[in-house]
Amino acid sequence: MMNRWQYFKRLAPLMAIMALVLAACGREDLSTLNPQGPVAEEQFDLMVTAIVIMSLVIVVVFAICLYVIIRFRRRKGDKSIPKQVEGSHKLEIVWTVIPIILLIILGVPTVQSVFNLAKDYSNDPDAVKVIVTSHQYWWEFEYPELGIKTAQELVIPTGKTIWIEAKTADVLHSFWIPSLAGKIDTNPGGNTNYMYFSAPKEGVYLGKCAELCGPSHGLMDFKVKSVDPASFDRWATAIKEPVALPSDPAIAEVFESKCLTCHAVGAFGGPAFPNLTGIGSRESVAGILVNVEADDKQYEHEDTVYNNLYKWIKDPEAVKPGNLMSNQYDLTDEEIEGIAQYLSELTLDFEQ
Amino acid sequence: MDWLTTVDHKKIGILYLIAGGFFFLVGGLEAILIRIQLWKPQNDFVGADTYNELLTMHGTTMIFLAAMPVIFALMNAVIPLQIGARDVAFPFVNSLGFWTFLFGGILLNVSWIVGDVPDAGWTAYAPLAGSTYSNDHGMDYYVLGLQIAGIGTLIGGINFLVTIINMRAPGMTFMRMPMFTWSAFITSALILFAFPALTVGLAALMFDRLFEANFFDPSAGGNAVLWEHIFWIFGHPEVYILILPAFGIISEVISTFSRKRLFGYSSMVFATILIGFLGFMVWAHHMFTTGLGPVANALFSIATMLIAVPTGIKIFNWLFTMWGGSISFKSPNLFAVGFIPTFVMGGVTGVMLAAAPADFQYHDSYFVVAHFHYVIVGGLVLGLFSGVHYWWPKMFGRILNEGLAQLTFWTFFIGFHLTFFVQHFLGLMGMPRRIWQYLDGLGFNEMNLISTIGALLMGLGTIIFLINVVVTSVKPKNAPADPWEDGRTLEWTIPSPPPEYNFAQTPLVRGYDAYWKEKQDGHSGMTPAEPLGPIHMPSPSILPFFMGLGFFIAGFGFMYAPDWGHFLGTDLTVGHAIGIVGLLMVLICMLLRSVIDDHGFHIEEDEIKRDLGGKA
Repeated sequence: MMNRWQYFKRLAPLMAIMALVLAACGREDLSTLNPQGPVAEEQFDLMVTAIVIMSLVIVVVFAICLYVIIRFRRRKGDKSIPKQVEGSHKLEIVWTVIPIILLIILGVPTVQSVFNLAKDYSNDPDAVKVIVTSHQYWWEFEYPELGIKTAQELVIPTGKTIWIEAKTADVLHSFWIPSLAGKIDTNPGGNTNYMYFSAPKEGVYLGKCAELCGPSHGLMDFKVKSVDPASFDRWATAIKEPVALPSDPAIAEVFESKCLTCHAVGAFGGPAFPNLTGIGSRESVAGILVNVEADDKQYEHEDTVYNNLYKWIKDPEAVKPGNLMSNQYDLTDEEIEGIAQYLSELTLDFEQ
Repeated sequence: MDWLTTVDHKKIGILYLIAGGFFFLVGGLEAILIRIQLWKPQNDFVGADTYNELLTMHGTTMIFLAAMPVIFALMNAVIPLQIGARDVAFPFVNSLGFWTFLFGGILLNVSWIVGDVPDAGWTAYAPLAGSTYSNDHGMDYYVLGLQIAGIGTLIGGINFLVTIINMRAPGMTFMRMPMFTWSAFITSALILFAFPALTVGLAALMFDRLFEANFFDPSAGGNAVLWEHIFWIFGHPEVYILILPAFGIISEVISTFSRKRLFGYSSMVFATILIGFLGFMVWAHHMFTTGLGPVANALFSIATMLIAVPTGIKIFNWLFTMWGGSISFKSPNLFAVGFIPTFVMGGVTGVMLAAAPADFQYHDSYFVVAHFHYVIVGGLVLGLFSGVHYWWPKMFGRILNEGLAQLTFWTFFIGFHLTFFVQHFLGLMGMPRRIWQYLDGLGFNEMNLISTIGALLMGLGTIIFLINVVVTSVKPKNAPADPWEDGRTLEWTIPSPPPEYNFAQTPLVRGYDAYWKEKQDGHSGMTPAEPLGPIHMPSPSILPFFMGLGFFIAGFGFMYAPDWGHFLGTDLTVGHAIGIVGLLMVLICMLLRSVIDDHGFHIEEDEIKRDLGGKA
């Protein structure tokens, strides 16, 4: 016992350095090396343990390899025959036993973590339950206890455990928020999966689909927005409040007949495709057209909410190839402008 | 014509090498197009659909149509020679194996010409691969092409099992077999157990697609996770089917160019068997995120980590084979020595992936892409390059140009590390795999650019190799029997290229590294185990070619049965009629093979003596 402790103590500074080096990698809201919640942290710790052990292995092998190829290169004209060694039981036992010890060091926390991450929060009254349903190429988030169904943006209260029930409406997808938690596949049929995570800090975290699901697989992003519990409660109330249709009766008519056959806002419309309630205050349109203020536009995929909505409604196929909205409607430019204007103003004011 | 009818294992080996090399170029071109698409964020070089087609065909082609055939090429060219046999056990079946592989591969690639290309990934996960979500003929090409090519692999594997068990020269016990033969033996055993699983899966998927069955369709009571199990219970052993022969090649090459016998031969054999066995026990580590539960994840985590132990034994045995040796860095050994650290880097990330909770983060990210390319390209392809350079003189009678070979190594090796090392970090930083575009500003740009440059360098390395092949092939055939001068195994005791019958007299094997032992005992060649006499040879046959063609026609017909109209107003569709004609062709060939009494022919003593005299 004493010996193992010594071993860890010697390894600890190395691990600390490794953790520091790795933590410098990547964006805070995206990188697995920059964990922002306890689940991702637990996974990161296991990764660091593995990386330290594996770096040791690599250093040893590289050192022997380099030594051998420098020390024993054949000199010009060397015709001598080296001693034909059969092997060495002692050495072979050494390099069987050492890897086994290393694997035990890695295996024990692995098994612990496997069971820890499989904890069941379904009956925890404190946990926020969310049913995640993936679609080609968007995400639906349902809060069964709050009676809320929304899309593309998972709003959560800071610090609370989020209990996810994951399934799919069509093909396989995989639900992944790198900086908060590892992924879980969404299976069709009765194979429902569960996972949990939490975000102690407020912020917007990037989520991805990790399972090949069709042409726009790489564009199937979502956001996790972590807000303080008071704001979360305000959001839960605000999203259930009645929503007015566009004030211009012509636009309202088109919106009802062309959009609300599939989408829903407030109490209107159908549930088949992303719920649009509060779309104006989301971080992005269609998951990838990031909403910014007009002066902050930095990249090709960033623009104002209105411009992004316009772009998306005008030609969804150009934004997300193979999506089911393409070619489903026929709108004049004026109508698109009107609808984009209306939707961009469809906001929820809930953050303090 | 000679090449269409040959049943000679050496010629079939060359056919496999040419076909496998061709598909390697096709798969490589697909890879380069993928990398060009990803060289900058939000690139529009290829469309989203085309991108998925490219990545699917790249994976499928490289695994089934490039790596496997080149392995079979070397096994065909070398195994009978290494064990002192005159051919494989079933030469006709060997030829049939090649032709079904080739026609299966062609069928798969016809999809590019038709325009309906498989696009559900090389793993073809249901339900994306089912007819609901892939409703063009793309996945039909995948299902049928791989089934036909799979026949070839399966019968090839069985053939090598029988050959190695039954046809070893007198005195060559199992524990005197060269390592490459051992690895080919274990690989063949893996093929025997793994490929039927793939065949079952593909047949079930074919029924789903062509005949509206519901094995994998959840909306009708099927189960999509079932496909994952079936695919990976084949797919994981497949990884070892690929890498074990590379282990064998490395063992041969390192030992030869160090002038030393392999360190710890018996533990190497044991490790190979253990890896083969464990290879079947770990398939669910591809499914940690599928939701199998903590018990399954924990068990498969530990089982997977265990593979590191026998693999580690191998790595250290190679290092200690070189230790104290006299190492020459001719091109085959350059690839082999480059293989060791590269493969170790692929191996350690494999252990990292085995830790299930961490794999929740790695899975389907670029970290995985980096890992398996380190294993398959850094391991297998370097191993194959090593083997091809090593045995080229034995196969063709000409030594590859050493300067160009060294240049191939350095461009390929540097290009490889440039391409894949940075991908580890891309994955850890949150880039999923199989994505057509990535957004700007996520921090992925520079590393993707580096990766693309690396891929182009690898392409350059391959082109230099091709130039080398052309340059070498116009030179005279003057390779000596033992071109590396330190040959240790039986293939180096006979001329390069060997005569049709390989060994004029079957050699008597007196120990491990049979030829080396004779050389050390001061003998110039092997002691024959039999008197000189006429040698019985099998007749060439065109039937395997037509059987392959028959399968090709049948596959094509059934695939298009729903599209083409009816046959002369009957209930039978034109497609089904064509399919039946194709299958009839196969059956008629089988019938002919059964009823024609072909005793083969003999090569007479005089001719053999003339060959021997000509060499002396």
